[in-house]
Amino acid sequence: MENKKNTIVVNPITRIEGHGKITVDLADDGSVDNVRFHVTQYRGFEVFSKGRDFREMPVITPRICGICPVSHHLASAKACDAILGVTLPAPAAKLREVMHMGQFIQSHALSFFHLSSPDLLFGFDADPAVRNVAGLAKEYPELAVAGIGMRKYGQEIIKTLGGKKVHPWHSIPGGVNRSLRTEEKDSMLESLPAHKENLRKALELVKNYLAENAELAARFATLETSYLGLVKDGNLELYDGRIRLKSPRGRITDEFDDKDYCTYIGEHVEEWSYLKFPFYRPLGFPRGSYRVGPLGRLNACEDISTPEASSELAAFRKSTDDGIVHYTLYYHYARLIEILYSMERLEELLLDPDVLKSDLHITGDVTNREGVGVVEAPRGTLIHHYEVDEYGAIERANLIVATGHNNFAMNRGVEQVARDYITGPDVKEGALNRMEHVIRCYDPCLSCSTHAVGKMPLLLEIRNSEGELVRTVVKE
Amino acid sequence: MIMAKPKIASVWLEACAGCHMSFLDIDERIVDLLGKVELTATPITDIKEFPEVEVGVIEGALGNEEELHLAKELRERCKILIAWGDCAVFGGINCMRNFMPAEQVLREGYVETVSTVNPEGVIPGKDLPALLPHAIPVDRAVKVDVYVPGCPPDADTIYYVFSEILEGRIPSVPTDIMRYD
Repeated sequence: MENKKNTIVVNPITRIEGHGKITVDLADDGSVDNVRFHVTQYRGFEVFSKGRDFREMPVITPRICGICPVSHHLASAKACDAILGVTLPAPAAKLREVMHMGQFIQSHALSFFHLSSPDLLFGFDADPAVRNVAGLAKEYPELAVAGIGMRKYGQEIIKTLGGKKVHPWHSIPGGVNRSLRTEEKDSMLESLPAHKENLRKALELVKNYLAENAELAARFATLETSYLGLVKDGNLELYDGRIRLKSPRGRITDEFDDKDYCTYIGEHVEEWSYLKFPFYRPLGFPRGSYRVGPLGRLNACEDISTPEASSELAAFRKSTDDGIVHYTLYYHYARLIEILYSMERLEELLLDPDVLKSDLHITGDVTNREGVGVVEAPRGTLIHHYEVDEYGAIERANLIVATGHNNFAMNRGVEQVARDYITGPDVKEGALNRMEHVIRCYDPCLSCSTHAVGKMPLLLEIRNSEGELVRTVVKE
Repeated sequence: MIMAKPKIASVWLEACAGCHMSFLDIDERIVDLLGKVELTATPITDIKEFPEVEVGVIEGALGNEEELHLAKELRERCKILIAWGDCAVFGGINCMRNFMPAEQVLREGYVETVSTVNPEGVIPGKDLPALLPHAIPVDRAVKVDVYVPGCPPDADTIYYVFSEILEGRIPSVPTDIMRYD
């Protein structure tokens, strides 16, 4: 802690593949001097995976995150496929994608309905006692039931294929371990239209909110950054594609094969956070920082391959002159468009005869000593990279998690909101919630439990330059 | 044990949040449950202020100083402590780092990983909780009353445990829904 400064600590702002807090350093005149978003947990997956057989990785690595374990499961399986040097039979690849769509539906639904919609419907300054899913159930029962049902729908798809809703086991190196049965496919198709209809209503809600709050949306933690995401033939892609980086002005800066990620992406380390800061190597850190996730993907792609999501994307892009959307609150809007895509893509896959076939697996031995697997997780591009010995024991592992890519942007966004709403140690509750909402835009899992099941207590400590506690504000 | 509306506090320590996600997978039943219990400190409260509660729930192992402190504090303030999920019950996947020194785990993660650009060898630690030498299960630090293993425990198992508590019984997970992953 530097001298002659007051420091405001907001702890916890948690739940991005770990735990976090925000510190705000105040200058002598009470103005905001420095703001940091720290991630305070480290578990060491890259290190303790060493020596394990690479075939175990699709089961080990999902334990990184229980909110979107399927993403790690799939990225890991793809890295293993590369080590085996095999190309999956079409049914296996399509069944993996079915599970992935289930995951996008459940994770994005949780983010929007359980977490973020209460802030939008009740307002950032509303009583925290009602600003949660219980309040939602009371005031907007139809929306709450729709959201809980949509999440359940996605989770059931995951369970059908993988046996469990959280930490399923379906993908194996070279394929998958279970086929889809006709009656299961029929049941998924049967209930899909109702969820799609509910999603359209949610889209209307978000569009109206953004139209009515255009000034807030334009200002709230808005950052002009580059954007990164997978594309296939220029279209939005979630399971397998090339990595594209687009500039703030909408120019394609670069596009490369996922296996070459390390040539283009580096990770910077700061001593005050356990979460690293990925950046585009040719531009260096911090200039090469970019954003990922729903907003990043919709900015990076040219179009979406499914009809209804494609027309929604066109409407989305009309909100700015050049079609590149920098507004952080538009993450919610982008997220809903992605649910729509996931539902349309799921329907395509389920109507494809391949998903009922039993050609599920190709066996192989260690052919390549190195494998890279990349998928889009709900929160952004996820990279798994393993190096193995001749028997398949992991020698080195490298993981770049979705949330990491947004680390720089989250720090800048929180800083911007702090500058807008904090002047001196007397901090209003609404300012705290706005800082949290910045994080919530990027990372729904952050406070899922909070908005899902109750109040959001927050401890704000104001410390002097000696580190002594001057004042404590508890928000319950 | 008769409780009008039991207070519950839960915390997410060294783990993946999957147990709390599995709790959300009770789906519609959550609305009903929220009418019967008072959730005081949710996982967001990794802080000093757990209130006095009837039931404390811990997801996760103990891997750093802050997590150890929070486990002790929750134990002091609750009557029944539940270890929820394989990490809390056994230490889980976190214990895989116990075969090497914590310093090595940090150095390899932040300096030697292939995409890291860290020529000065900066190791995070400033204003951050220090790692314990080993990741440990909850009952290595404090007394645990109820064990609910699974990675994660199934939503029905979690619902069963809360239902039993609402009936005034200390839950014991029956074998047919008890699972070890």
